[in-house]
Amino acid sequence: MIQIKPILAAMRHHKAGTVLIALQIALTLAIVCNALFIIQQRTARLSRPSGVEESNLFVIRSDWADKSDPQHTDIQMQADLLALRQLGSVQDASPTNSFPLRGGGWDNFIKLAPDQVKMTTDAAIYFADEHSLATLGTKLIAGRNFTASEIGSQKPRDRLSSAQVIISKDLAQRLFPAGSALGKTIYVSADANKPSTVIGITDTLQAHMQSRRTPDYAYNAVLIPARLLDDGTVYLVRAKPGQLAAAMHDATKALYAQSRMRIIDRKDGVMTFAQVRQRFYKSDLGMAILMGIISVVLLAITAAGIVGLTSFWVGQRRKQIGVRRALGATRGDILNYFLTENLLIGIGGVLAGAVLAIGINLWMVTQFEMARLSLAYVAVGVVALLLLGQGAVLAPALRASHVSPVEATRSV
Amino acid sequence: MFSYYLDLALRSLRRNKALTALMVVAIALGIGASMTTLTVLHVLSGDPLPEKSSKLFYPQIDPQDMDGYKPQDDPPAQVTWLDGIALLHAKRGDHQALMTGGAVPVQPAQSSIEPFFEDARYTTADFFPMFDVPLLFGRPWTSADDDSHARVVLISRKLNDKLFQGHDSTGQTLRMEDAAFRIIGVLDGWRPSPHFYDLNSGNYSEDEGVFVPLTTARELKFGRSGSMDCWGKGSGGEDDLEAASCVWLQFWVELDSPAKAAAYKEYLLHYSQEQKTLGRFQRPPNVRLPDLMGWLDYNKVVPGDVRLQAWLAFGFLLVCLVNTVGLMLAKFLRRSSELGVRRALGASKRAVFAQLLVEAGTIGLAGGIGGLLLAFVGLWLVRMQPSDYASLARLDLPMLLATFLLAIGASLLAGLLPAWRACQVTPALQLKSN
Repeated sequence: MIQIKPILAAMRHHKAGTVLIALQIALTLAIVCNALFIIQQRTARLSRPSGVEESNLFVIRSDWADKSDPQHTDIQMQADLLALRQLGSVQDASPTNSFPLRGGGWDNFIKLAPDQVKMTTDAAIYFADEHSLATLGTKLIAGRNFTASEIGSQKPRDRLSSAQVIISKDLAQRLFPAGSALGKTIYVSADANKPSTVIGITDTLQAHMQSRRTPDYAYNAVLIPARLLDDGTVYLVRAKPGQLAAAMHDATKALYAQSRMRIIDRKDGVMTFAQVRQRFYKSDLGMAILMGIISVVLLAITAAGIVGLTSFWVGQRRKQIGVRRALGATRGDILNYFLTENLLIGIGGVLAGAVLAIGINLWMVTQFEMARLSLAYVAVGVVALLLLGQGAVLAPALRASHVSPVEATRSV
Repeated sequence: MFSYYLDLALRSLRRNKALTALMVVAIALGIGASMTTLTVLHVLSGDPLPEKSSKLFYPQIDPQDMDGYKPQDDPPAQVTWLDGIALLHAKRGDHQALMTGGAVPVQPAQSSIEPFFEDARYTTADFFPMFDVPLLFGRPWTSADDDSHARVVLISRKLNDKLFQGHDSTGQTLRMEDAAFRIIGVLDGWRPSPHFYDLNSGNYSEDEGVFVPLTTARELKFGRSGSMDCWGKGSGGEDDLEAASCVWLQFWVELDSPAKAAAYKEYLLHYSQEQKTLGRFQRPPNVRLPDLMGWLDYNKVVPGDVRLQAWLAFGFLLVCLVNTVGLMLAKFLRRSSELGVRRALGASKRAVFAQLLVEAGTIGLAGGIGGLLLAFVGLWLVRMQPSDYASLARLDLPMLLATFLLAIGASLLAGLLPAWRACQVTPALQLKSN
């Protein structure tokens, strides 16, 4: 059994070093706990499903270079779609204004009654046609798809007025928590005279917005059966399996062959869905990586500091160690002494560190959009730092245990 | 004396290379991380117009109806067309401008350049003198041009380089959205950061390529972008925004003295009261008149992630410093006997203290140089990021000096405790034990 009392008595002789190691452990624990928590929060966002079958899907943004009238735009869009769908490398294509993970777009308040003043919820507006679900690879879990005859067209200035809509599963649950939303009436615009009937419910489908502040709306989407005749349009295109690169090249060429009066941005006019996802989550991923690097470096520096200071202590106490060995202490006793000493300092450090970690988190909750730190992270951090301390002290402690009893007789 | 201490310090540092390297690397990492994040923070929270920002104000009034009214609510962040035009024509400030953002398709005359979209600002004549916009060629338009919906345009230096290879393009024609505009001026590389006058289009985004009179842009139905908040009847669509109960325009005013600012606030109150009497406003007058920096603070333009990273980096630096204090303490105390000899030979406590601080400072200097190199690498990494502020992340001279002061200051601070402890040694005891 290790005697703790003499260790504590010895510590009193080098208070400064003891306090410094404990302080360093405390600060490291506080920072690493919070960093791990941020990493977990950010990566949890990364792995959320979009509800889209992302491989083989790409998006083209085509802006009209001339200011043509809406009828002309409508004809051009239908011609574009026909050309896209006829390409050998393309499986399906559909027009839209926006898509999941786009990063922003048209949102509307959704109401259940025409005279309702406050919204029931908010949802992303996706313009769609009868090919949209197949192009996205999103399944219907109830009801039916749009038919070709239901697809209309409208200008951005017009209010949404379609008699049929398809809504996402989460929106359906939000609007009608009790029963099925299928066949029910909802209001997707401010116009009280334009009710829409829910004809279909999709499986999970993510909204276009980066909604850290409004997580409630992250999976609310309404599909409107119309082509939006705006200054430009987005085409979603699904390539045949394995032909993504070819389809992207063919599609751009086919669109320019249809009309040269369009602008497809060289940089981000054509993007695979993988690129869309990467762009949407770039800042989250960057933050997670940064936190990871900081944590690893911090742990390394703290370990190095412990090695350095303990080595110094071992050097300072060679004589005492020799005396103890001469008086019958085994190598194991000496090793245990340093391990226990480190454990005691470590426990002091992690206790202070746990309090500090929670304090920092509470402060961050008020300053940044951050959740409360779960105590599991503190527990993991405590165990990790105690193990790190024991690991770091092992080499100097082993060196100490090899001090020969002869040392006691030297230099006195 | 200093050079002697320096020599002693270098000898001592050479004696234990691993420990020295550990201390230098720890300080360098801490300094590098802090300076990288601090530079980004410094760039992002800087004053976009240092000479003028205290004279520029952003009036806010509340034209909304009583629906959802709460007395403590802030007025909307933008103005309606009616209020904007009324404030503009009242000319109560030294300069004032009404504006919104948008994007227009540019159709170059050269067939070698395909049509492209350019970000645009639709504004009124005072925009240029009020914000001290530097012009490379030509002149801004006048308020007469505003009134006559003149087809004139100012373009950015970047666009001028692209379309006219940097030559003076004033007098030339620029086709935008099937309409011909006469170029009357070219801006000389102007990129206020943050993009303070319209925070809807990305706080640190690149600035607009074309500047067109607001009246002309509305007449030609140029594409508008930015945020719009409506109430009551709202808008019937983009074409009748002039009559809509929506806020969608930014209004800025220059007021050259605090007295004028106070008077302007009075005027805004008076205006709101008058509109309420007329029945157009329903809420009690609720006006604000933040100046430029106040407006940026209110909008929290510095991204939360950037502030979080800065705090994290300082926590990191703190751990690195505590680490260095511990190691230095060990190192100095190990040399107790050497210091005892020096003390016994007549060196005062102060001299020993100074000698140890020189050693600490040397480590700080080495750490500072390392930290600076790491900060350059860190900023280069930040510039590789896709965020709209990425290209702004550069080290300027004040930050460069700050890096060195921080590094040396931090390591001297870290050296204080160990040096003080080490010079407490009793010479007699140290000599005896040897």
